[in-house]
Amino acid sequence: MQNKRRERIDRGIKVRTDGLYAISSFKEIMYLVFPRLLLIGGFLLLPIVLELAPYWKRVINILCVYAIIAISFDFLANFVGLVCLGGGLFVGVGGYFSAILNSYLKIPIFFSIPLSALLGGIFCTLLFLPCLKLRGVYFAIVTLMYPLLFTRIIEALNILGGTNGITGLDSFPNQHIENYLIILILLIILFGLRRLVNEDIGLVMRAVKDNDQSVKASGINVTYIKSIAVFIASFIGCLSGAYLAHLYMWAGLSLFSLDFSILPIAAVTVGGGGSIVGAVVGSLILVPLSEFLRFFGTFRIVIYSLILVLFLVLKSEGIMIYLTRKYHQFERWVDV
Amino acid sequence: MSILVVENLTKSFGGLKALNAVSFEVKEGEVFGIIGPNGSGKTTLINCITGFLKVNSGKVFYRGKDITGLPPHKIALMGITRTFQIMRPYYSLPAFKNLIVPLWSKRATKLGGWRGGGKHGDRDTVAVDILEEIGFERDSKVPYKPASVLPTGYLKRLELARCLALRPDVIFCDEIFSGLSVSEIAGLLPLIEKLKIEGVTLIMVEHRLKELFKVADRVMALQFGEKIAEGDYKDVIEHPKVKEAYLGSEEV
Amino acid sequence: MQIFIYGLINSISLSLVALGFTLVYSISRIPNFAHGALYVATGYFAWILMNLFHFNYFISAILSVFLSCFIGAMIYRLVLIKIRGMEISEVIATYAIGLAIIEGLRWGGLRGATYTLPVIVPGSIEIFGVIVDYQRLFAVFVGLVIFLFFYIFIKFTKTGLALKGIAQDERAAMMLGIDSDKMAIVSFILGSAIAGISALIIFPLGNIVVEAGYNVLVFSIAVSIIGGLGSWLGAVIASFIIGYAQILTEVFLSTHYQMVIALLAIIITLLIRPSGLFGKQKELEERV
Repeated sequence: MQNKRRERIDRGIKVRTDGLYAISSFKEIMYLVFPRLLLIGGFLLLPIVLELAPYWKRVINILCVYAIIAISFDFLANFVGLVCLGGGLFVGVGGYFSAILNSYLKIPIFFSIPLSALLGGIFCTLLFLPCLKLRGVYFAIVTLMYPLLFTRIIEALNILGGTNGITGLDSFPNQHIENYLIILILLIILFGLRRLVNEDIGLVMRAVKDNDQSVKASGINVTYIKSIAVFIASFIGCLSGAYLAHLYMWAGLSLFSLDFSILPIAAVTVGGGGSIVGAVVGSLILVPLSEFLRFFGTFRIVIYSLILVLFLVLKSEGIMIYLTRKYHQFERWVDV
Repeated sequence: MSILVVENLTKSFGGLKALNAVSFEVKEGEVFGIIGPNGSGKTTLINCITGFLKVNSGKVFYRGKDITGLPPHKIALMGITRTFQIMRPYYSLPAFKNLIVPLWSKRATKLGGWRGGGKHGDRDTVAVDILEEIGFERDSKVPYKPASVLPTGYLKRLELARCLALRPDVIFCDEIFSGLSVSEIAGLLPLIEKLKIEGVTLIMVEHRLKELFKVADRVMALQFGEKIAEGDYKDVIEHPKVKEAYLGSEEV
Repeated sequence: MQIFIYGLINSISLSLVALGFTLVYSISRIPNFAHGALYVATGYFAWILMNLFHFNYFISAILSVFLSCFIGAMIYRLVLIKIRGMEISEVIATYAIGLAIIEGLRWGGLRGATYTLPVIVPGSIEIFGVIVDYQRLFAVFVGLVIFLFFYIFIKFTKTGLALKGIAQDERAAMMLGIDSDKMAIVSFILGSAIAGISALIIFPLGNIVVEAGYNVLVFSIAVSIIGGLGSWLGAVIASFIIGYAQILTEVFLSTHYQMVIALLAIIITLLIRPSGLFGKQKELEERV
């Protein structure tokens, strides 16, 4: 039998290192820009395409919200090394802040969303500050506990509307604003963070993930770097939470729910961790799937969990990283 | 003048005394060697001085200032840095991007990195400059490769480069010769001489005595966490306790 | 007096539940977030076997515990073995499996308050003026028996010693020819068995509800973190602390606060003394 082996050949532009390209033709520019344009254009066209299906237009909003939370998880886990299992905390804190600002203090919607993201970001960072020293599993356990803790405290003390939640938040002026606001936020966060992780401070964060001891030996306060990263992640998480509260015109305990913790993690695993775009791609797959499965109630969570485990075991690199590889290289079988 | 003064440093893990009242002084600009058999507390000593471990008692003075118990990053910002025995590069970053981390620190942004570059954000070029200085060929692909694919010799250099980028006054080298071939060590020796000329104080913990004695001005020997000898390397190596520690006592 | 006796009983049943979690962690270094799920699943299977298939109590109890062990072993054999060493993936995987089981049961019909397991020993007794039903005493008894069993098992059997070896130093044990994966499976089986047995004993005191899965998980984590992950003595002492704290909050505040107390205890312990009450230096270094 003839022995064969698979050969991988780089296609396209010779890269010296990540981000340094020597571009010489329109074709090469397109080679780099096309995937990005596809994503941006796709997202911007999505509400128009779905004009005929109003229900699915609302799904876009939810999809973007999940994608943002997934991005925040991916950023913390794969670029800073903090695994935060409680994405629901960010959503809940952001949502409740927005509800307090808008419903109690009557601050208009377009101020209450950014303001609650800011306040929520600060609040979550303060909560996480004492546990930034903890490693891996221990940090994960604490973050898993926080959303549960808040749910129980609100239930027990019967504050902030208790189990009924806070109602009477302003809604968005119209559906186009509703759609495009969150799509723009998502795109800005996506490309902003991708930029950030290759800036110098982003490199320092990645260095903290790789090895915090030698970062300390380089004269950098690791806790400070981690708290900046947590602030960024919780800011964008709270932003999506505040948006969600206004979308539902309601902030309640379900904002802290498991859905917001597990689905983004599944999305990152499916899409591919460590690429940030992977989080969006994963949400593009999982959120519509979960809408189809809405009929099954909590069975959805079973399905995400199983998908998550299957991807962890069988294809841990995720779809996005696989696709990137296929895009940049072609494979062929050659005789040995 | 002594740049670093260590007084009665004691550190115990549970019941085990890893360091027992170790005192020594290091003069500015000298190469100070620390030798001792395995488990004699050499790495613990570095960890205690650079703030990675809390000491039980004793004091460390740097240029007359008490630095005992400060967190590692503050000590590093004062100009005392270290390499790690088990190399700790940032594996996911390209080699030259590894240097961005120290160059980003407050010290390097204020003073500039090695030889003053990098103050104005041109960190990438400065990083490649430092790597070239330390033996990475600028025009080869090596400085741009991820640290995870580099061989040991380069990683050791990268550890040292990471220290240099901080523009240090004192460098603790934790066994930088171990695991290297004779020719690789021969490549590193001129570099150490060069650092000495630049006025950097080097404290080298070593097992490779022959190579250490080529560069060290003074040597201290440790055994079971206690200082057993200090001085010129000839005095130290002839010291009966040192001989006993390395060769075993004669009765056995 | 009532507080004392109920606190004692509560603490022992709590330590029984948490023992499984601690056992798995101390041997395989995997925090089994599916522990609570196995607990609920066993209770529910026992109910199904008894009420839908009309098996008698003991057969269904044994079958359901076996099932729990089987699931535990499969979790390790099929999933965790592929992602060993990637701490984060391990946590996410066990957490996801646990969620899948719990939410699957909820979807599969475990809703409402209609599912109860029969008590094994009916009736009650008065001790020092406090009425205690036999089932609670039985729980204490079984708890003590299991502790004794594990003490003997670990101390005197070959497998037990191998488990101890792996727990102390995995690499050294592997060099001596102990199969780390095999021992991890054993630990999962034992841990799941404890989860199952405790479910069979504790569920008859109330209804089988899905939420119990989350509660058990939170309390097991609380106990093992406060006691110091992997430390058995610590786990027992921590379960007394949490157990009495639970009873006291129930008496003086309301049951709502029980979970708040446990969660706060976890967070505060991790922040103040990450190694827990009885954790070792080595573990501290891993954490901070």
